[in-house]
Amino acid sequence: MARTMKAAIPDRSTDAEIEVSMTVNGEVVNRSVSIRMLLSDFLRHELGLTGTHVGCEHGVCGCCTVLINGKAGRSCLTLAVQANGYDIRTIESVAGADGTLHPVQQAFKECHGLQCGYCTPGMVMNIVARFEEPGKLDLSDEGIRDLLSGNLCRCTGYLNIIAAVRRAAELLGRA
Amino acid sequence: MKPSIFGYKAPTSIEEAIGILAGDPDAVVLAGGQTLLPAMNFRAANPSTLVDIQHVAGLRGIEVGGEIIAVKAMARHREFELDADVARANPLVAEVMQHVAHVPIRNRGTVVGSLCHADPSAEMPLLLVLLGGSVIAQGPSGRREISAEDFFQSFLTTARERDEIIIEARFPVLPKGAGWAFDEVTRRHGDYAIAGVGCVLSLDDRGRASRVQLAACGIADTPVRLKAAEEILTGTTLGTSDLDAAVAASAAAVTQPDEMHVSQAYRRRALGTLVRRMVMTAAQRARQMETA
Repeated sequence: MARTMKAAIPDRSTDAEIEVSMTVNGEVVNRSVSIRMLLSDFLRHELGLTGTHVGCEHGVCGCCTVLINGKAGRSCLTLAVQANGYDIRTIESVAGADGTLHPVQQAFKECHGLQCGYCTPGMVMNIVARFEEPGKLDLSDEGIRDLLSGNLCRCTGYLNIIAAVRRAAELLGRA
Repeated sequence: MKPSIFGYKAPTSIEEAIGILAGDPDAVVLAGGQTLLPAMNFRAANPSTLVDIQHVAGLRGIEVGGEIIAVKAMARHREFELDADVARANPLVAEVMQHVAHVPIRNRGTVVGSLCHADPSAEMPLLLVLLGGSVIAQGPSGRREISAEDFFQSFLTTARERDEIIIEARFPVLPKGAGWAFDEVTRRHGDYAIAGVGCVLSLDDRGRASRVQLAACGIADTPVRLKAAEEILTGTTLGTSDLDAAVAASAAAVTQPDEMHVSQAYRRRALGTLVRRMVMTAAQRARQMETA
């Protein structure tokens, strides 16, 4: 008789769950999630939106930046339950449905503003959020560096990303 | 890098929120979460229950009055930074805000949350101490006002009782005609300050300092008013020898011991440099206000 082994690791979480409802990229989603689920994990694991990257999970690297009620915020420093009723936008919503790149994405492509691409979704969401704010953009080196200061990139050395922000401003008629 | 298991409550009234805190010694208030959630992701903080106060009625917004800017518990850093009425009532606020983390963090983090966290190197506690502000705490037995000086007790420790919620912070407006300045020394912009100094000062019609407020962060277990320097500078024309004396008198306020990256001696040098610069900048702005 074959020996039955008891699984050491449960295949289901025994965490208490809670109902959440939010709008993600224009669609209303309802899920029952663990109370301790981070918004970043909710987007990636529950909704399959893996464009939102997870780097440090303590708010330093900026990879997980999404638009929370229209403003750039860290999805790793927000609980899914906190986002109940919120409007969330991720990198998946930025390009057109036919794959046409958003001017910010186009500018990153033209200026070689990415190498490995890991930080890029967070960079793009942060920049898109600033471009959606009214008022004049500060396109000085210092102003762009300040805009990017909450996003770490370990490949490019930032110069091409700074160039991409300027190019995006041109493409959007905001230069 | 994931939080351990906890409970979650989202009360809609302040009484309900206080009731949850009163009934559970390990329950913790969640506002913006920009300090609490990293601590929970690290499992440095393990609350039994999070009391999410974002849906509690009456905790949003900023009210600018004639004397006081009242910042409600859920007002985000970014609101405080960009509010046009706040900028008119106290231009020091926007100058300080440029040093608080980065925009995505300021979009979510709250001013009152930062005060309650009471990191001695953070900017919000310094601003409240510098301006001589206060907070309003509400608990099971009602409301009380706590002055900034009494509120910050030690490293990450405030006078708030466990079952109290700080519903509002009160920042005084800038006195008419006063000059202001804030700057800090950090290893990278947006990091916690090695030393930060804020100054508010008024000049009389003969160009003497009639009132000097100086405070520093990053140098002790709480933000501190540099009272010795304030006394030395009051009544003077803020000349080089007056500034030298104020800088020398400030050094003793640095009680942070040597750390891996920063010695106590370095902190004293940084503090002295900042005191000198901030007093000069604030005085220059006060003179400009006079001629304007």
